[in-house]
Order: sequence, then structure tokens, then C-alpha cells
Amino acid sequence: MDRIEVLKTYKIFIGGAFPRTESGRYYPLKLKNNMTVNVSLSSRKDFRNAVVAARGAFSGWSGRAAFNRGQILYRIAEMLEGRKEQFLEELKQLGYTAAAAKKEVEQSIDRLVYYAGWCDKYQQMYSAVNPVASSHFNFSVPEPMGVVAIMADESTALLGLVSVLAPCIAGGNTCIVLASETKPTCAITFAEVIATSDVPGGVVNIVTGNRKELHAHFSSHMDVNAVINCNDEKEFNKVIGENASLNVKRAFTWVRNWSDEKERGPYYITDLQEVKTTWHPIENIGISGIKY
Amino acid sequence: MAKKDIKKLEFFSDWKYAPAPESTDHIRLQKQYELFINGKFVKPGSGKYFDTINPATEEKIASIAEASEKDVDTAVKAARSAYDKTWSKMPAKERAKYIYRIARLIQERARELSVIETMDGGKSIRESRDIDVPLAANHFFYYAGWADKLEYAFPNRNPKSLGVAGQVIPWNFPLLMAAWKIAPALATGNTVVLKPAETTSLTALKLAEIIQESGLPDGVVNIITGHGPVGAAMVNHKDVDKIAFTGSTNVGKWIQKAVAGTDKKLTLELGGKAANIIFEDAPINQAVEGIVNGIFFNQGHVCCAGSRLFVQESVADEVIRKLKERLETLIVGDPLDKNTDIGAINSKMQLNKINEYLKIGVNEGAEMYQSSCSIPKKGFFVRPTLFLNTSQSHRISQEEIFGPVLAIQTFRTVEEVIEKANNIPYGLSAGVWTDKGSRIFNMTTKLRAGVVWANTYNKFDPTSPFGGYKESGFGREGGLHGLMPYLRF
Repeated sequence: MDRIEVLKTYKIFIGGAFPRTESGRYYPLKLKNNMTVNVSLSSRKDFRNAVVAARGAFSGWSGRAAFNRGQILYRIAEMLEGRKEQFLEELKQLGYTAAAAKKEVEQSIDRLVYYAGWCDKYQQMYSAVNPVASSHFNFSVPEPMGVVAIMADESTALLGLVSVLAPCIAGGNTCIVLASETKPTCAITFAEVIATSDVPGGVVNIVTGNRKELHAHFSSHMDVNAVINCNDEKEFNKVIGENASLNVKRAFTWVRNWSDEKERGPYYITDLQEVKTTWHPIENIGISGIKY
Repeated sequence: MAKKDIKKLEFFSDWKYAPAPESTDHIRLQKQYELFINGKFVKPGSGKYFDTINPATEEKIASIAEASEKDVDTAVKAARSAYDKTWSKMPAKERAKYIYRIARLIQERARELSVIETMDGGKSIRESRDIDVPLAANHFFYYAGWADKLEYAFPNRNPKSLGVAGQVIPWNFPLLMAAWKIAPALATGNTVVLKPAETTSLTALKLAEIIQESGLPDGVVNIITGHGPVGAAMVNHKDVDKIAFTGSTNVGKWIQKAVAGTDKKLTLELGGKAANIIFEDAPINQAVEGIVNGIFFNQGHVCCAGSRLFVQESVADEVIRKLKERLETLIVGDPLDKNTDIGAINSKMQLNKINEYLKIGVNEGAEMYQSSCSIPKKGFFVRPTLFLNTSQSHRISQEEIFGPVLAIQTFRTVEEVIEKANNIPYGLSAGVWTDKGSRIFNMTTKLRAGVVWANTYNKFDPTSPFGGYKESGFGREGGLHGLMPYLRF
């Protein structure tokens, strides 16, 4: 008799752990091999738990040396490369052709490497020493916004999620990502990659579920600094914008073709940054000047 | 400390300041002001006018037109037509020259503008003369230079103007805020409809005269006056591409909600409740000056005012004693007098709000201390006020008062003060006073605020980006960063 395969339970990813949804709810997802996965139908409470984890991780992650964040993002790429076969198989089970699956995984890996490199470079590009007309030293630097709630691209299982998550955490933010509802399995397996890449628990949290149910909660939570929907959903996006006003959240709609190599760049990082300007007086004694 | 123990510098017994009022002879004011639409001053469709008064005397200065929804539409159409036909087609270097002209004309008429700013808004002439008006001119001069250099500002991007910008500004820095809004919008190739606050329309209308004088093509800048509904009509207008708002957090939230689901680009510069933090190694005398400048500048009508003072416990007695002494020397009164430190509260409504907060503070159990200075009988004035023994949960420590009222808390450790400073929905600005360089950089990194003043306070410059974190809004004004809100890529 053939060996019976051990099947994986797909759970969600909060604070570096893999709990089931607190709600106990699920939705069935039929794979191409006719097996059914019971995907967690995450609740508002799961999201709130994830925000607590993300907020808790923010100080440490944003305080890391930029170089170190770069190494960790590169590490994610290494882990993903090492588990490529698993992702190819999973994508096929979600309906990808072999060629499409290969392209998606490879682009995802490359995008992580791309943003790993930006971690300690965008600051120099987008900082400024401002030539104020008084005796002050004045400079502006980008700083992470804080906790970012992301509703990932529905049409891709991995690339859309990676393309937003990577610039978000490269810039020192922490995040909660709602995976594609119809293609959620890869996102959870990607959480396993994150969990083995020295990313501190809580920096990335991934939940699965239904945007119709969760978009209002993603946008109304008072401890979330920015919210992104990667889907062209006019009604949801209006509600998201309205709810964002509750605490002046930064709201973005990023509907992109993520497989286009143009849809990457430092501006995805700086869109999720604040600008801080610091002033300090310059002593005006000994003003005879520089002579040599 | 009882009031009799506070040493007052004996200026008044030894010599008195002679009144030094700035003359109002040379200024030109009309009895009635119209809307500035499509390069012309036109009567409001409503036929309605409202009074603008001098808050220091409560006397009427002029009648101001109340724009109707129809007028808003006319102004937006004028701006759209100017954008399509003229402004978006003009070479950037020519656009720049118009903006330079406006800067020069403001400089030429600086004295007139300062006097009117002070008469209409209540701020001391020293501040309007030395800060508001020069900075307004500099802002135009600075952004004029950007107009033909935009492609250098955003590497690998192709910046394009948005179209028509609707701008709503507050009453605390009327001309300066108009400059902050109009200058970058024009430099990036947009046309403008601007609404000044209803209590301070005059300098915006004088700016309209200057714009007319500059020969700027008709409709590129339109200035329409009136109350809240005028701003609301602008926000909701279908043909406006961009809304820029400076004002209260409540109105900002309303605007963010109103534009949700539209393609309008939005920047918000909202309220604040800044922590001004004094460490024990700070140069105390300078710090006291910084505290005074932080909260009493412009009567405390400043979104980035240092309205929460945190003093390290070991120096609290000394700092508070010196602060009380300094408070006694502040001259409150006629804004047009060049000796005046604190002018008039902008409006009756704001005066009532401040007085309400004074009551709240006392009722919450904080200890109120006010300068013993005399204040004029007529007009809207408040004595500079300290609240001692406040705690983080007091409303006077949490809510923006927008007046000369300082809530004081003490702290022991760096961790404690970072926690207290950040534990508030606002994040516009902060101040740090210490002689230790490493501590300054620690603090500037950890304070969640858009502007941090270290060993200084309330400094502004056209090259320096200004704007908030969290509920203090988003987007930056000033510097290269201030171009971004008016461009698409």
C-alpha cells in the first residue's frame, strides 16, 4: 500500500505563532487535486489581536539598524528560494500553470531581494538638509508610519502580497495582511517562510478571510496608522476612506499589475513613511569665519 | 508658590514703556470687499456681506462678501479654464517669474500687510512684521525657483500638475497660510481657489490685489470669502482635483470622510498638543525663553504650540519659578504697539473657548496661575496662564486649547517622558531642551511628531518641511517635500 500523505492544516499567523481563528469558523477551498482545505475565516477579533502584535513589534523593528532589516529581508528571499518546489506545487493546486507558477515564485523572490537592498538606501535618497535662513541646522528624514493594514491583491497568491509587504517592512513598519480569499494557501506557507527568517514575531501578521467582512474593521481600527487595499473595489474603498478619517489614517488604493517590473521602487517605501524635521541652533560665536 | 513671592522685574516702577503704536495712516482699506474670481473683484451672488472686526477694539474694519455655492462653482470654473487655456501650457520658467513677482510685491507692501494682519487678526505687530509677512514673501520666492526644476526633485518619475486645487486656511497666520498654500500649488502648475477664514479675510484680499497687480493670468488664483459652507462647497465640488486644508482635527476628519471614494488628492495640516520637554541639564534661562515662545507666540493660536510642558523633577522648582517671573514681564495689550508681546485673541468665539478650558482646568483640580498683568477692557484678551499639577488624563493636557494656556507636568526618566509625550492622538511637533547631544538624537528619533525643535522652538522656514504624524494630518508643506502634494506621477 502507498504511504498516506500527511496533510497540512492551514492556520493564520499572528505574533509569530500559528493559531486557528479564534472564531472557529472556516471556509472550504477545493484544490486541483480534489482535496479540500478548511481555511480560517478570520474574525474582527483575530484582526485586533494581530494589531496588538504588530504594535508591540513596531518599536523593536523600526529601531533595528537599517542594514539588519536588509539582511532579514534577504533572508526571507533565501528561505523562499529554498522552498520553491513547495510553492510551485501549491500554486498549481490553486490553478496556476507550471510556467505561471514558476514566474510568480521567482518574481516574488527577486522582489524580496530588490527591497532588501533598499532597506538602507532610501533614507539617503529622501532625506534632506534644509538650508534655512536662520542660524539653525535643519534636517528631514523619513520614518515609518507605524502599523499598516494591507488587503492583498486577490488575483495573485504570492506576488501581490510580497510586493506590498516587502516595501512596508523594509521601511520599518509592521503589518497585518489579509491574504487573497480565493488563493490563501500560499500566503500561509509564506508565513512559515517569514517565521524561519529571523523576522521578529508580530512584524508580519497574516490572516485569511473575507474582505467584505473585514474591510470595515481594517480601516476603522484606531491603532492602525495606514490602510492599503490592493483591489479595485469602489464601494469598499469608499468605506475604507471614510473609516480612515476616524483617526486620520493614511488610506491607499494600490491596484497594480504586480508582475510588471515597473511596479516596484523606493516610492512604495516612501509612501508608507512620515517625514520628520529636526531643528537645532548653530552657535554664532567666533563668527570671523573660515579663512583657509 | 504664593504670588507675592514671585519676583517681578521692576521695569514699571523704574521706567514705563511709552506707547509705541505702529501708525495705520499709510494703509489702504476699502469699506467693502468683494470676491476675487477670474482676475476681477465681483459681488457675491448671495448679495450678502459680513463684518470683519478688529479683535483688539471690537470695531468693524470692513464688510466682506459671503460667497454662495454658485460663486464657488464660478471660481472653480475660472480656475479650470485658466488651467486648461493658460497655466498648464505656460513654460515653467515663465510661470516662475509670475511667482517671483508676487514675492517682490509682498516685500514692497510688507508694512501695509503687517498692519492689516495685526488689525484684522489681533497678533502683535512685532510678529506680523518680523515673522508672518517676511515668511510669506520668502515662501513665494522659494517656490518660484522650483517651478522649472521639478524633474530634479523626483528621480525616475515624471511629475505632472493635478489641475484645480481647493485650499482652505485658518485664521492664526492668515497671509502666511495663504502663501504656504498658493506658492507650491502655482509652482507645480496648478490653479487655485482659496478660502481664507471668516475672521481674517483682509490680508488674503490684499494678496488678491497684489496678484492682480502682478499680471498673473486671470483665474489662476481665485480667492473667495465666507464661512464654513463655502469651504464645504469647495471640498464637495466635482471639478476640484486637490484639497489642501489647514485647521482643526475635527474639520479635517470631516473633509477626509467627504473626499473618500473620490479621486481628489488630500493634504491635511491639523491640530496639535506638542510636548515641550525640559531636561535637568538644559540651559534653564534659554529653556524658559523657549517655553514662553512655545506657548505664548501668537497668543498660543499655533497648531504646533508647545502647550504641554514636561519638566524633569530635579529642576521643576527652578524652571517654574523662572517661568512665573518671566510671565510677569510679558506685555499683553494693543497688538499695534511695538512693545506688545501678547496681542488679542482672534475672536469672541475663541475667547469663550479658552475661558471654558480655564474653567475645565480648575474643575479638574489643576492649579491655575496667571500673570498679574492688566488687560484692556475692550477687545478679546486672556492673561498668559499656567496650569500646574496637571496629569496626563486632564482634558487641558489632552485637548488643543489654541490659546495662551500651558499645562505643566513633571517627569523623572527619559522613558517616562517619551511615553507621556507620545501617548496622545496628535503628532505635529515637539520640543527638547538638553545640553546632551546624544540625548537630543535619542529624543528626536523616538518622538512621534513631524517637527522636533531641539533647544529652540516655533521656528519656520520655506525650505523646512512642516506637517504631522497621526491625527495631526498628512502631507508636508515647505521644502522639496511640499511639492509632492500638488503633483501626480
